[in-house]
Amino acid sequence: MNKIIELKGVSKSFDGEVVLDHIDLDIYDNEFLTLLGPSGCGKTTTLRIIGGFETADEGDLIFMSENINDLPPYKRNINTVFQRYALFPHLNVYENIAFPLREKRESKAEIDRKVKEMLKLVALSGFENRSVTSLSGGQQQRVAIARALVSNPKVLLLDEPLAALDLKLRKDMQQELKKIQKATGITFVFVTHDQEEALSMSDTVVVMADGRIQQIGTPIDIYNEPTNAFVADFIGESNIVDGIMLEDKKVSFSGHVFDCVDSGFKKREAVDVVVRPEDVDIVSEEKGMLKGVVTSVTFLGVHYEIIVDINGFKWMIQTTDFVDVDEHIGLYIEPDAIHIMHKSQYSGMFGDYSSFSNELDELSDVETEIEE
Amino acid sequence: MKSNNSISKRNDLVRKLALAPYSVWAVLFIVVPLLFVAYYAFTDNDFNFTFDNVARFFTATTSVFDKQGMPKEVHTYLVIFMRSLRLAAISTLICLLLGYPLAYIISRAGAKTQKVIITLIMIPMWMNFLIRTYAWMTILQDSGIINRILGHLGISPIHIIGTEAAVIIGMVYDYFPYMVLPIYSIMAKMDNKLIEAARDLGCNSAGVLRRVIWPLSLPGVISGITMVLIPSISTFYISQKLGYGKFYLIGDAIEGQYAANNLHFAAAIAFILMVILLAAMVLMQRYADKKTCA
Amino acid sequence: MKTTSKIYTALIMIFLFAPIAVLLIFSFNESKSLSVFSGFSLHWYSELFHDYATLNALKNTVLLAVCASVIATVTGTAAAVGITKMRNKYLKVTLNTVTNIPMINPDIITGISLMLMFVFVGRLFGAATSLNFGTMLISHITFCLPYVILQVLPKLQQMDKALPEAAMDLGCTPFKAFYKVIIPEILPGIVTGMIMAFTLSLDDFVISYFTSGNGFQTLPIRIYNMTKKTVTPKMYALATLIFFVILMLLLISNLADSEGDKTIKEARKRKKMRKATEAAN
Repeated sequence: MNKIIELKGVSKSFDGEVVLDHIDLDIYDNEFLTLLGPSGCGKTTTLRIIGGFETADEGDLIFMSENINDLPPYKRNINTVFQRYALFPHLNVYENIAFPLREKRESKAEIDRKVKEMLKLVALSGFENRSVTSLSGGQQQRVAIARALVSNPKVLLLDEPLAALDLKLRKDMQQELKKIQKATGITFVFVTHDQEEALSMSDTVVVMADGRIQQIGTPIDIYNEPTNAFVADFIGESNIVDGIMLEDKKVSFSGHVFDCVDSGFKKREAVDVVVRPEDVDIVSEEKGMLKGVVTSVTFLGVHYEIIVDINGFKWMIQTTDFVDVDEHIGLYIEPDAIHIMHKSQYSGMFGDYSSFSNELDELSDVETEIEE
Repeated sequence: MKSNNSISKRNDLVRKLALAPYSVWAVLFIVVPLLFVAYYAFTDNDFNFTFDNVARFFTATTSVFDKQGMPKEVHTYLVIFMRSLRLAAISTLICLLLGYPLAYIISRAGAKTQKVIITLIMIPMWMNFLIRTYAWMTILQDSGIINRILGHLGISPIHIIGTEAAVIIGMVYDYFPYMVLPIYSIMAKMDNKLIEAARDLGCNSAGVLRRVIWPLSLPGVISGITMVLIPSISTFYISQKLGYGKFYLIGDAIEGQYAANNLHFAAAIAFILMVILLAAMVLMQRYADKKTCA
Repeated sequence: MKTTSKIYTALIMIFLFAPIAVLLIFSFNESKSLSVFSGFSLHWYSELFHDYATLNALKNTVLLAVCASVIATVTGTAAAVGITKMRNKYLKVTLNTVTNIPMINPDIITGISLMLMFVFVGRLFGAATSLNFGTMLISHITFCLPYVILQVLPKLQQMDKALPEAAMDLGCTPFKAFYKVIIPEILPGIVTGMIMAFTLSLDDFVISYFTSGNGFQTLPIRIYNMTKKTVTPKMYALATLIFFVILMLLLISNLADSEGDKTIKEARKRKKMRKATEAAN
């Protein structure tokens, strides 16, 4: 695969506040790459630097082996789908899509052919003369995609394009975007704070926090092999406990020595241990590797979500077996359900469910949706 | 490698180019002229520094006859200023009393009605101010339309023209829209649910007005008061025509000194007026801020 | 609306329109009287059209208003664009305060202040009379500018900041993005601002009074000079004509402002038409 975009040591600060801290990122031809992270992590700034709307304070931006640091957006073969679409309200659907072609002074027939083709691609044939202000959110979204794709860019940047849509429409559009990306073969760089969206659509996920890249990998890698506590917590639910690596494939945590599949750590290295809530089996107390007391049970339809107090540390476990509050239970963990990570600046900040409540979680979701 | 930030540099350049003509213009023709007012106010005809002009405003006296026909000395310009202030205050108050209910009525009407009435209120503003005032002169004259109508009804004619009442009528008429429009625009934005909530919480109509509508509309009232008070305090045509020049106002004083080519004294009066208005506005803004914060 | 509200509104309307009605009616009066209507005639209108000084003043007024409003609109629109992009808060507040001065200051002070500067500068260059068309034009532009800025600024602030970025993304240079995307977006504000500037300039008396020279007379100043003596209904005829011209301008500006609603309506109409043709097929 060919590298199409390279960011080398890119930094950016606004009013003295560092937003991007020496980012290195390679983006390959034909891939669907997602920049994922909470608000303020620098993902939108990264996108805007690639698009040419911001200039990096430091570092280089390479596009098809050429440095484009100082190339203005209109000279870049990269187009953007904006967060609230940025359709031109004074132009109808046809003219919005034809906008970049007219700029290039293409022939009338050529423009007509390409616009029609794009309308077909986004399933809006027949909407040519509609005013963009009369369209629904989903339709506006499609026009924005068609407009960005019509001049056949090498790379399409999408800045939280689905954030304004309701859940159902959002799911449909996710499928559709993936389909369009496959059909056109254009590299998509997608920005979102929604981890589910990132996992389901991307070839490559780039997890960002505090202006730095935390991890780059396939969705499966990111989920199964998070590199630090931040990633483990941000992608899905995780119990993260302090552990000590005794030797290769042997780790001790919560007062028990477990077999695991990780190796390559120093002897007696302090580590973070991740156990996903769905990977814990509930057994009777005497058979359990760990023993604890159930402190809360929430029914979620497919499964129960229970919180278990193990020596003062609260674990979250997803199970289909019913247990009751105050019940004493044992936990059994398979070796391949245990993931070992090196200590990082995020150690100890995540993965304890002591203060967990669904309400709080929803609240923080609302916060992240108010975007940069 | 350090990038040279050419894109943001270009943006800066565009911004500066767009702002430059206006910034220069604003300094040259808004700020500098005001400095000239101060300069003229504190200099004599040979442009030597002096307090005389400003002092004259406070000390100049005229002999007048009081009600008993006895001659007495009064401070010419202080009397004129107080008269301006009084007439302007009365006119502003009348505008407020007439305009506030109207603004409320309009703001609660249907969207179409609102638009029509607001347009109607604005239309007279587009009739030349001199002609509007002059039309009132013909209406209020002793042989004018009002007295003719009264005559037909068998009522003895009333003498309005050349009285303070006529001047006040002129001011109210000319500046009434400036009171209604800002109050209306605040009230139109006011959520009807607030009024419903107040009623729900036990307010009667008077209570709703006093405790909800009035405090919320205060910013509009204050800008309405400013917009009526300032032109009416400084007018010079209305008093000349409707007051027959008997009620010399501060605007007449400035205009008179200008016409007599006493530019330095005209500047001094303008300067004092400006300072007083500025102080009043700062005080009013303070009051408004306090009210809206509380 | 309740009946009392209706009566109250009606009474105020009578108060507001009585003088205008008097004016309109007596402009068609046969005799010279301004209180007794003796019969319909267009006499005063024809006399107006033979009054060379008034017609000249009219020409001057329109010339001045056109120049002042065009210059104020161009400068003011550019200024509004610059102000929205301004990052330095302190400078922004200062500039906005300065912009507000001509709107808050009494006209008489604005007029006096400009006059004093013109006289002073004129004297420096040894001119006997320094007030002329140029000084009036400067004054009119000065008091029109804040109104243009005030109309354009909110349109710029309401505009989606991503629109010019989208245009540049799709191949426009910043300059092209400005006239292909920003201008159409803020056009209603520009048009309203220009019409306001035009009517304000047309209507201004106080500032013109202080800054006009002897050689250049505008209509309001002509009217002022006419009302110094006894007035004939000729002046009413003039006022009536001006009134209707300004009324028309206001209607145009209202139409420009509701342009946005219209495009939606047109879209709906087109949709209906398409449906109808589909049904016919």
